[in-house]
Order: sequence, then structure tokens, then C-alpha cells
Amino acid sequence: MSLITENLVVLNLDSPDRHAATRVLAQALADEGRVTDLDGFLADVRKREEQMPTGLPGGIGIPHARSAHVTEPTLAFGRAPQGIDWGAEDGPATLIFLIAAPEGGGDDHLKILAALARRLMRTEFRESLMNAPDATTVVDVVTREVVNP
Amino acid sequence: MKFVGVTSCPTGIAHTYMAAEGLEQAARAAGHEIEVETQGSAGLEPISPETIAAADAVIFAVGVPVRDRGRFAGKPLVEADVKKAISDGPGLIAQAVAAVEEAQANPEAFAESQAAKPAGSRGGGLVSKVDSSAPVGTRIRQWLMTGVSYMIPFVAAGGILIALGFMVAQLAGGKEGAIVVTKLYALTGPPDPNPTHIINIVTDFNPADGMHWAALLFLVGAASFSFLVPILSGFIAFAIADRPGLAPGIVGGFIASTIGAGFLGGIATGLIGGFVALWISRWKVPKGVRGVMPVVVIPLLSVLITGAALILILGRPLKALTDGLASWLHGLSGANLIVLGIILGLMMAFDMGGPVNKTAYTFATTGLAAAATATGSTNLKVMAAVMAAGMTPPLGLALATTVRRRLFSEAERENGQAAWLLGASFITEGAIPFAAADPLRVIPSCMLGSAFTGGLVMAFGNTLRAPHGGIWVTPLISSPLLYLLAIAIGMVITAAAVIALKAAGPGPVKTELDTAEAVTV
Repeated sequence: MSLITENLVVLNLDSPDRHAATRVLAQALADEGRVTDLDGFLADVRKREEQMPTGLPGGIGIPHARSAHVTEPTLAFGRAPQGIDWGAEDGPATLIFLIAAPEGGGDDHLKILAALARRLMRTEFRESLMNAPDATTVVDVVTREVVNP
Repeated sequence: MKFVGVTSCPTGIAHTYMAAEGLEQAARAAGHEIEVETQGSAGLEPISPETIAAADAVIFAVGVPVRDRGRFAGKPLVEADVKKAISDGPGLIAQAVAAVEEAQANPEAFAESQAAKPAGSRGGGLVSKVDSSAPVGTRIRQWLMTGVSYMIPFVAAGGILIALGFMVAQLAGGKEGAIVVTKLYALTGPPDPNPTHIINIVTDFNPADGMHWAALLFLVGAASFSFLVPILSGFIAFAIADRPGLAPGIVGGFIASTIGAGFLGGIATGLIGGFVALWISRWKVPKGVRGVMPVVVIPLLSVLITGAALILILGRPLKALTDGLASWLHGLSGANLIVLGIILGLMMAFDMGGPVNKTAYTFATTGLAAAATATGSTNLKVMAAVMAAGMTPPLGLALATTVRRRLFSEAERENGQAAWLLGASFITEGAIPFAAADPLRVIPSCMLGSAFTGGLVMAFGNTLRAPHGGIWVTPLISSPLLYLLAIAIGMVITAAAVIALKAAGPGPVKTELDTAEAVTV
């Protein structure tokens, strides 16, 4: 199964705060059948977020959780041109990566998420997501860079 | 230069790998080499010892404590939050370069700083799992869990050896074997005047005698058990105060054990010893005294204060408590037997080897001695109820760890496996690791199950002629099937109660035994 699909890409994420934004992306995960219990999953993400906000320098937010309500490792991607405060010191986040990992996931699956996390540190990767004209391009970029590097 | 690094984060799926990437990019850009060990959830590939040995410095960019930290000892170290490696990898690399240069410029000062580091952060060191920024409730649980995780090997080794001793005694000594093995053998003596029936296993060991082997197992197991409370106490104090906490904690725990204060007393001495040591080690002292602080002043004062506090403050009320409970129990002898069974059950499970448990147990065994001379079937019922009620706590927790693994830490789950055998052998101590780690939820659950079992045994009217032995003395129990039923019911009740309480509250505290797959969200 794929790490991300076109239905898991939201190019105009227009939410007032990070919790609302997370909910939009999580809803997409639920609609795709990747998350079985939307509220349960959101509670798990929020628990992680409360330990320390997952906003990072460079306009990135990576809400994430290992949760029993997740069926397979999945990425939901959101782009928020106006920016959403994600707790990073240098300003709001414009690229949001909601990473959902199943509680008991096998090593291979988690390795894909590890590879994804590493790509997030690469400027070219971020830029190609930032400039992607449509959801198909986003899926292609992620698949090319992370799944079949 | 060559560096090695470790990255980690609470969830283990994102920051860990981003931080590793950040460090690798920064090192490459600055013309250095680095190998990063990602202690996340996608499997752990440890850096080889050769690579570590060849490294000039170590960088920890972590959100949770480094696993097997001792491997990296003796190198210049830069330690930072995991986010630092993501936001400013080059800054961390620069710090590592500076640390190497400083150590090279002034090797003597570096060696001194290495030697002065507390045990928790030094080579092959002991580790405690305490996050100093966590809320107080969490920290208390982390202190307790540190003590518990070091105590568990003593529980497992001692409990299993004792149980094996009973088994062998049952085979070699017949029906009464499990009783005899606890009474007739010792590692010293026989004392003077010579009671000839005590056999000194050191001087008179006979390989052809099965009972001697049973006694050997039993005595080694008992020796291991005598460390439960001191080790628990010592490592609670260690978690609070690092190395200075060990001496007051262990000595305090030993005294708690000696005066019969049980594991609750050991938790108290662990907390007292830890805070006294922490307090003294923070004193501002003149330079001349500073050198003797860790070797003389801190141990001397902290051990004295902890031991004296226990003896002078806790000792007398404890004695009054056990005396009061004992006479109250004797006053109840004429009361309804089922009520008595419930009360004894509650007492057995309350502190598992502590004063309340001992009072109930002593009440039963003295009754047993009286029953040997008189026709005291009531006394035999009391003994049966007490033993059954003492078996359900470990059994109930073993069941709970089997059916709801996720509610327990890895250390607790492993202890749960040994707890089956310990519970079946009437070694209530098998439940202590669970109770010490989470007393407020585990103890009431155990009491509930034991109360049911105690009451049921009385209702069934089982009698028992042995003071110990668990299922290994089944031949000495009347209507054993009903007896086992009473135990099974208590076991299920305890398991259900502990699962319900644990599911409602915060999850298990992780220890170094926990593997990558158990990383918390």
C-alpha cells in the first residue's frame, strides 16, 4: 500500500490553528481508511503535541503519533500558504506533515517513515513540495524520494 | 574529525531521523565524519565499538535517555535536545569540535572532569530513567520504577529458587517436605546450646540427600530475597540523587527489612535517603572541604540521618501498629469466620511481606502451633485462608500482564512470567515489583482479590496443616479443588481490578529494559 495518495494531499490548508489543521488532515486519513477512530487518533497526536510542539525551523510542522487507531504507516500532507503557528520559534508553518504510524508496525514500515523524516531535512525535497502544482506531483515527489529512492 | 552521535525522541518516528540527518549534513558540510545511531522505532543498529573507540567526540541529540550510554564513556561529549540537531546541526558540530580541542589542550582537566561525573552518566554506569523536567507525579513513578527495575532480578532469582526448593523437597521429603525444608536447614550453626535437628548445609552437605539439595535451593533463594527491600530502596534513592543516594538508600532499606517495615518501609527509606543525599550534595562548602564531600561527608551524614530517622521515627509506631493489629486479630477469633477470612485477606495483600502482612501470617502460624496440640480446626482454616490470600496477588498480576500486555512495562511483563510460579508457591513477594511501581492502583486490586479468596476459603472450610508451600503442599489441604477455585476467583478479581484501574490512568513508566517497539507516543 502507498505511503501517500492524492486524497491525502491538501494544498490549501486554511485552518485557524494547528489543532484544526491536524483535524482536517486526520479526516483525510479516516476517509481513506488509514485511521479507524478519528477522535482516538487525534487524541494520540495531541498527546505527543503537548509534550512539545512539533513545529520546526523553516516553516515545517510534523504532528505525528504511533496509534492503535492507525492501520498502516501513512503521510497526510498539507500546504498552508498563509502559515499556521506550530510552536516553532522562527514563525508559522507552511508545510504540514501528519505522520501516522500503527502501534505495532513492522520494521519495514517504520523504515519508510524514517526515510521520510530524513528527507524532510533536505531543502530540495521541501522546495519541490512547496512548488508542486497539484496533488499528483506531491504524491510523485514523495514516492520517488521516500518509497523508491 | 570523527564523531559518533545518538538521536532519539519520545515517539521515535520523526525527530530521531531528522536529527540524524541534520547532524550528518552538518558534519559533511564541515568536512568531518560522523556515524549516528538512531534510537527510534525503526530497529536499532548500534554503532560498532570500534567506531566509537575511533571517534574524537560524542554528540547526543536526544529527547529520551540514551540507551547503553556507558558505551560512549570517556569521550568529549556534547549533549543537547533533539530539536537542536534539527534546527542547528552545524552549531552542534562546532560545539563538538570545540570540546575535542579543549580536551586536547588540557588533558588533565578533562580526565578530572570524567572522574568527577556521577555514576549515572559515566562508563558502564548504572542508569536511572528519570526525566528531571517531568511533572512531580511522573517523577515519583520514575523513581519507583528505577528501584523496581533493579529489584526484579532479585525477585525472579530468589522466588524461582525458593519455588524449586519446594518442588525438590516435595519429591525428596514427601508430604511434609515443603515444611521441613524451611525449618531444619541453615547456613550457619547449629548454635550453642546445640539443637541437633538443625543441619548446617555448609559443613554437612550430603549430595545423596535430596532434601539437602532442596535446602540449598531454598537458602540461596532466601538470601536473594533478603536483598529485595535494600535494593529497591537503594535504587529509588539513586534515581533521586544519583550515586550519593545509593549508600543511604541501601542501608535504610536493610534496616527497614530488619525491623519488618516491608517494601513500603523500603520506599520510604529510598525517598528519605535520596533527598537527604541530594540535599547534602548541594551544600555550598569551602573549597578545602569539597574534596572530602563525596567520600566522607555525604555518605556519613546521609546514612546516619536515613537510618536514624527510620529507627527513631518510624520504628516505634511500626511496633505499636503490629502489636495493635495482632491483639485486634486475636480479639476477632470468636467472630464470624468469613469476616475473619476477608480481613486476613486484606492484610495479606496490603504490604506483601511488610508489617501488616507479617501480623496476619504470624497470627496464622502461631495458631498452627497451637492446633498441633489441641483440636483447633479453626486455626487450620485460618492458615488455609492466609496462604490462599497470599497466593492471589502475584497470580492476579501475572494474569493481568498476560491478557493486557500494553498496560505494563517490559520489565513488569517479564516479572509477570515469574509471578505465576511465585504465586503458585505462596511467594507473595512476586507482586512487590508491581506494587512498588504503582502502589495506589496495584495494592487495592490485590487486596480486593485476596479478600474474596480469604472469605471463600473460610466459607468452603478448607484446612491446612503447613505454614508455607503453596500448591506444593496440596496434599496437606482439605478439599483441594475448592481451595484452588477460591484462589482462581481471587486471581481473576485482582487481574480485572488492576486492568480496570491501569486502563483508566497514565500508562507504564518505561525502563531501560523496554525495547524499541514499546516506545511511548
